[in-house]
Amino acid sequence: MAINLRRSEAVIREKRLKSVVGYQGSIKDLANKSQSGCLKNARRGFSQAANCSSGCAQGHLSTILDAAVVNHAPIGCAADVIGANTGFRWGQNIRNWEKRNVRIINTNMTESATVFGGGKLLKEGIREAYRRFNPKAIFVTTSCASGIIGDDVESILREEEEDLGIPVVPVFCEGFRSQIWATGFDAVFHALLTRIVKPPEKKRPEMVNVINFTASAREYVKEMFAELGLVPQFGIPYSTIDQISRMSEAGATISICGTLGGYFGNGLEQKFGVPYVTTLQPHGISGIDNWLRNLGKVLGKEKEVEDYIAKQKILIKPELDEIKSKLKGKRVVVGMGPSFSHNYIRLLEDFGMEVVWGMAWHFDPQHDHGGLPHCTMELAKKERDIPASVSDQQNHEVLNLLNKLKPDIYIGRHPGLSVWATKMGIPTIMVSDEYSAFGYKGTIDFGYRIIDVLTNNSFARNLSKRIKLPYTDWWFEQEPFIFLDDEELKKNAASS
Amino acid sequence: MPQVVEQIRHVCMLGAFESVLAIKRAVPIIHAGPGCGAKLWTTLGMQNGCQGSGYVGGHAIPCTNASEQEVVFGGSDRLREVIGNTFDVIDGDLFVVMTGCTSDIVGDDVGEITRKFQRQGKPIVYIESGGFKGSNLEGHELVIDAIIDQYLKPAKEVEKGLVNIWSIVPYQNTFWSGDIEQLKGLVSSIGLKPNVIFGYDGGIEALNKVPEAQFNLLISPWVGLKNVKKLEEKFGTPYLHYPALPIGPTETAKFLRTVAEFSGISSSVVEEVIQRQEERYYYYLERAADNMLETRLLPRRFVTIADSIYALGISRFLTNDLGLIPEKQFITDGTPLEYQNSVAAEFRNFTDDIVAETVFTNDGGFVEEELRKIKFRSRPLILGSGWERVVSKDIKGYHLSIATPVCDHMVLSKSYVGYDGSLHLTEDIYSVVLDDFQ
Repeated sequence: MAINLRRSEAVIREKRLKSVVGYQGSIKDLANKSQSGCLKNARRGFSQAANCSSGCAQGHLSTILDAAVVNHAPIGCAADVIGANTGFRWGQNIRNWEKRNVRIINTNMTESATVFGGGKLLKEGIREAYRRFNPKAIFVTTSCASGIIGDDVESILREEEEDLGIPVVPVFCEGFRSQIWATGFDAVFHALLTRIVKPPEKKRPEMVNVINFTASAREYVKEMFAELGLVPQFGIPYSTIDQISRMSEAGATISICGTLGGYFGNGLEQKFGVPYVTTLQPHGISGIDNWLRNLGKVLGKEKEVEDYIAKQKILIKPELDEIKSKLKGKRVVVGMGPSFSHNYIRLLEDFGMEVVWGMAWHFDPQHDHGGLPHCTMELAKKERDIPASVSDQQNHEVLNLLNKLKPDIYIGRHPGLSVWATKMGIPTIMVSDEYSAFGYKGTIDFGYRIIDVLTNNSFARNLSKRIKLPYTDWWFEQEPFIFLDDEELKKNAASS
Repeated sequence: MPQVVEQIRHVCMLGAFESVLAIKRAVPIIHAGPGCGAKLWTTLGMQNGCQGSGYVGGHAIPCTNASEQEVVFGGSDRLREVIGNTFDVIDGDLFVVMTGCTSDIVGDDVGEITRKFQRQGKPIVYIESGGFKGSNLEGHELVIDAIIDQYLKPAKEVEKGLVNIWSIVPYQNTFWSGDIEQLKGLVSSIGLKPNVIFGYDGGIEALNKVPEAQFNLLISPWVGLKNVKKLEEKFGTPYLHYPALPIGPTETAKFLRTVAEFSGISSSVVEEVIQRQEERYYYYLERAADNMLETRLLPRRFVTIADSIYALGISRFLTNDLGLIPEKQFITDGTPLEYQNSVAAEFRNFTDDIVAETVFTNDGGFVEEELRKIKFRSRPLILGSGWERVVSKDIKGYHLSIATPVCDHMVLSKSYVGYDGSLHLTEDIYSVVLDDFQ
């Protein structure tokens, strides 16, 4: 199904992709149900604090270098901004830039705004953002409060845009609209596709849009692409409005993460004919092979890709063999966003580890190109089926599972969960850098990182002995999914 | 001045769930959208001295993750279900239901739902804390009020010498846990028995003893005044309001004398404590003086950009004890209008008739503009949050983070309170100076 770029607002993932946050079963079952269109979301009778799309939207928008963001909301909705700012400093630091703060203004909606409307505050916020930052574009993020009281954001923005002469663009990301925080990325990309990206003035076939976050491995990617005669253009973070507006000129778009880049990549293809490379993620050896091969296929660089891959494989073989010999048979649980989760499962299995459970923080039964995500399809083809579940980081479920599975190591992504595995005494890795395990070198580095974590677990071991988890004994005696309103589970329970 | 805010220093009312988490084994139950918790603990916890989730914080907090369904059709059923299951799943002593914008705008009857559980004997209270209603500092007061109104029972008898201490707002004030330890130490040093519900040795037992106290000691410019008044009204417990956080020998001595006088402790006891502590303090300070004075590097003037409690405590110490001069003092805690005059008056009460100009604003962008306008004749000391790193560099200030969000330091048991705390503050300030050119 094509992305609807005529609307002012991205359709949420639950409706657009039939995405879910509640599921338990296995990878093969998940793939089957997805492909036959019968994957259903199961709600939970108990839930814990998750995340919302506004956080993802603001975090991403605030890294556009010459834009400003106006968050039309009570002050608490800007409480994530200091996190974005710290990330932004990290990104500036690895680029050796002079550091500055992100440019976000919150309209500070109070009780009277919820009664009499927040239009005046919104205008004031836009004017202040313009005065303080002199931006090339202003993005306005909405909130639960502004959404429910029904502020007419679009017409206010149209008026301001006329007066200011720069794009003033709504980014609809009310937290209650979607249970999937990645919807916030779609909201950003929708705003960029509809209002910022311009038709190409000239085509630059050697240029490849690389959709990512902080882009720590820029030099490695540049070096890799140079061998293929290609030039990466990283985005959206640390790009300017002008650079983003010309992403339509690129020869192709590729992403470090299917969940992140799918909307923008497919949107660029649909609107401007820039091919989006659908592929495995470049994590692990088979991942990077596939990433480069599919890129090469789209841009006619097959031979260069094969030469490069062959060279790299020879280079890494001794270290890869050592890693495999040390990690063979280690039992691992993975908990990440869906694309990272299903790609890391493959990479860990390739190391010879046994993935005993794979959790994803939501699941898209299809991406915007219309098919099952490649990483899931690839896993479903393997002989061994892997137990899997989907939850929006539901802590009670995760801890119950970990307590029953007792893995040798937990590998997670997304802040806020790794610590809980550590509290249980489990060696834990949190993959915060999207270029961790990237490419040949990165995969090797990641292998040694796992070995290091398994070598000294004193921190987790000692911590787990001295702290109490916040769950009752009753809960740890239950099956992990009893709160999941899942028809099959109920049937099984009834027949047993 | 526009109402908008940039570079926020406190969050919305719902952020007071961190005050619940600061009571050992107390559990917040959030009835709000899916992202409220995670956003709020970013400013109050993760990016604020690296304060983490603790026992039942972070993604462990029960939350309804309100969706379109709850907004359109009401969220009462969902809330009832999540509360009911929380009692089975989470091991806690006290549960506090807190609402966000969605519930408060839609109008879920959270009071009625909570009262049903209360009637079953469950230790549960509620507040309506929609983000648009105010700040987390006001929310902190509401949480304590709710506990007083809906949970605490009158004491059979008053325990002489038992003092409840109410002061810093947990998590909002980055150094709260260490500060509580220091305050308890100070109060017990003159023979009283401190009782604090927050921190590592607080909890439900401390909470249950609140009505038994001889008096309530409020150390804060304004946060908590409502609570001690309510405790007086409900349990007849008198209170002593001491506005300044005691940092450094001058203020701490004054604090100890005031508390002793209020509680009827003889001055000889207090004077002996003060003398002993001052001897220790000046033993160290005498040795520090060489470097501070002879390297030409000690800043002369300082700006604080902080909650009223820290701005006041720190400016008293730097002015009365370290001999620095206050420039503008920015109060960023959203001090309600009714308190602004009394808070400002405290900044006109320094040694040598020194007065400081106070500016009440929670807009960091405005603060930044003001800082750039001040003509400093030497490198100033900028005591603010992690947000000020950029502007401090631009105006050649020495920067130390002491207020939310402290995103550039880890704070565990550190405190700047009392005698020992002021030595740590001196160490930290002078280390910034030394670090700057090396």
